[in-house]
Amino acid sequence: MNPKFIQKIASVALGTAMLVTLSVLIFIIFYILYQGLPIVSMEFLTTPIRDMGKSGGIFPTIISTFYLAFLSICIAAPLGIGTAVFLTEYTRENTVTRVIRFTTDCLAGIPSIIFGLFGFVFFVIYLGFGWSILAGSLTLATMMLPTIIRTSEEAIRAVPEGFREVTYGLGGSKWQSVTEIVLPKAFPGILTGIILSMGRAVSETAALIFTAGMSLHTPVSVLSSGRSMAVHFYTIAREGISLQMAFGTAAVLIVTISIINISSYLLMHKYMRKYA
Amino acid sequence: MNKFIETIIEKSIILIAFSTVAVLFLIAFFIFKEGIPFLAQYGLPGFLTGSTWLPGEDKFGILPMIIGSIYVTLGALIVGVPLGVGSAIFLVEFANKRIRNIIKPAIELLAGIPSVVYGFIGIMVLAPWVRINFGGSGLSILTASIVLGIMILPTIISITMDSLTALPSVYKEGSIALGATTWQTVIMVLLPGAKSGILAGIILGMGRAIGETMAVIMITGNAIRIPTSLYDSVRTMTSNIALEMGYALGIHRSALFANAVVLFGFIMILNTIAILIINKRSK
Repeated sequence: MNPKFIQKIASVALGTAMLVTLSVLIFIIFYILYQGLPIVSMEFLTTPIRDMGKSGGIFPTIISTFYLAFLSICIAAPLGIGTAVFLTEYTRENTVTRVIRFTTDCLAGIPSIIFGLFGFVFFVIYLGFGWSILAGSLTLATMMLPTIIRTSEEAIRAVPEGFREVTYGLGGSKWQSVTEIVLPKAFPGILTGIILSMGRAVSETAALIFTAGMSLHTPVSVLSSGRSMAVHFYTIAREGISLQMAFGTAAVLIVTISIINISSYLLMHKYMRKYA
Repeated sequence: MNKFIETIIEKSIILIAFSTVAVLFLIAFFIFKEGIPFLAQYGLPGFLTGSTWLPGEDKFGILPMIIGSIYVTLGALIVGVPLGVGSAIFLVEFANKRIRNIIKPAIELLAGIPSVVYGFIGIMVLAPWVRINFGGSGLSILTASIVLGIMILPTIISITMDSLTALPSVYKEGSIALGATTWQTVIMVLLPGAKSGILAGIILGMGRAIGETMAVIMITGNAIRIPTSLYDSVRTMTSNIALEMGYALGIHRSALFANAVVLFGFIMILNTIAILIINKRSK
């Protein structure tokens, strides 16, 4: 057969694959928003859950999600950024860095249900935190570490070597070069990783059911149980409690995730333009 | 700042850097601590090859779940690999930069959609379609394969794109200069050159599919039996753990942790292979 003809067939086939992928995404988003947005109102967002989720709003789940995302970032960010600083500034490639990189990659591949079980036996039972925002956040933090480490490491490596040399030349110490030059320059890149991790906290379910619990109430302290939006959505969708409420919650989830993704993308874009 | 504080800071950073090592160790330790005594008592062969799971009668065989996990994972690869690799080749070699810049964030968004939402779409849209066209309840291997196939797309697409763009540009230029079409270049030069990277992406996608829990619980029907057709309901290892952990006590709970040990083993093998392939390439 004529190579030109095959080329045509191939580009049509590959284009179709791309089109299918893209239409699935567009379908999911439009389907959920079309069915769910009419249900979302100020009342839906600000009133407590009633009747196990049959009616009322999703206010407690929004608060729980926010607490979980915020607290898990507070735990994971210092550890993740610290690891990245160590890998880039305080050592050369050797067995230690290889071990750290290997465990980071492994951690990234571990399924969330395993994190959930671990969080349940370790944080909930062994450390005695019970089903709580704290146990849930600690579990989420362990899941976020790989993303934060990788994005921070990339961002730190992108800071030109000369910047550090200038600090040393002026008599600055290693730590001064890290805190006053390297981290501020790498900040937008690091922030992208943190925002992406927030997305993970918002969409996580399996790891939270066994660690943060399923309380319908608004959490009052880090030791109260609280269900996140995704967990609430899973419960009402799977147990068929209310299709309407499920669509409404899904719409709020999709909008939140989209905002998180778009802002991290814009930030990354701006950052890349600055250095490219 | 004085030397002493500098040293303290350096030491603390070294300590922090071991957090992932510590976390991985703790995860393995606590899962194994609960699961291994059960396996020692019940016997690993009986656990892996037993086909009855009746916690009430102390029968714990996870063969149906292992087969369930393998079927939906293979199904996901059959759906996800052609679509993912095809999309990646299209984006790198056939699309222009403007299209790429629009589609790349879209694919990242696809990765960000919560798995419960995928499961929900599976119940609302796909399961009825399967039920009408192929019979059964619609909650089946087929439904799960399609949903998981879509869920692993972002992983496969991004790693395939990375390995294609990492190839030296002279490969492509040489091939084009010899008069080859883009497609011939893709098939004869680029794919063979990037094959280990693409393989790593596929293996990582497999890891995602085998580890997925919430979406799978919602769309497979969760029947404990060895499936005989694509339209049968199955239960995966992950669903088994998530469904029963909430109320399991005593030996039943230990059996679920043993199930997690098996899952952990599967995942670690897949991860290690993928990491080794990727590391070898970057050298």
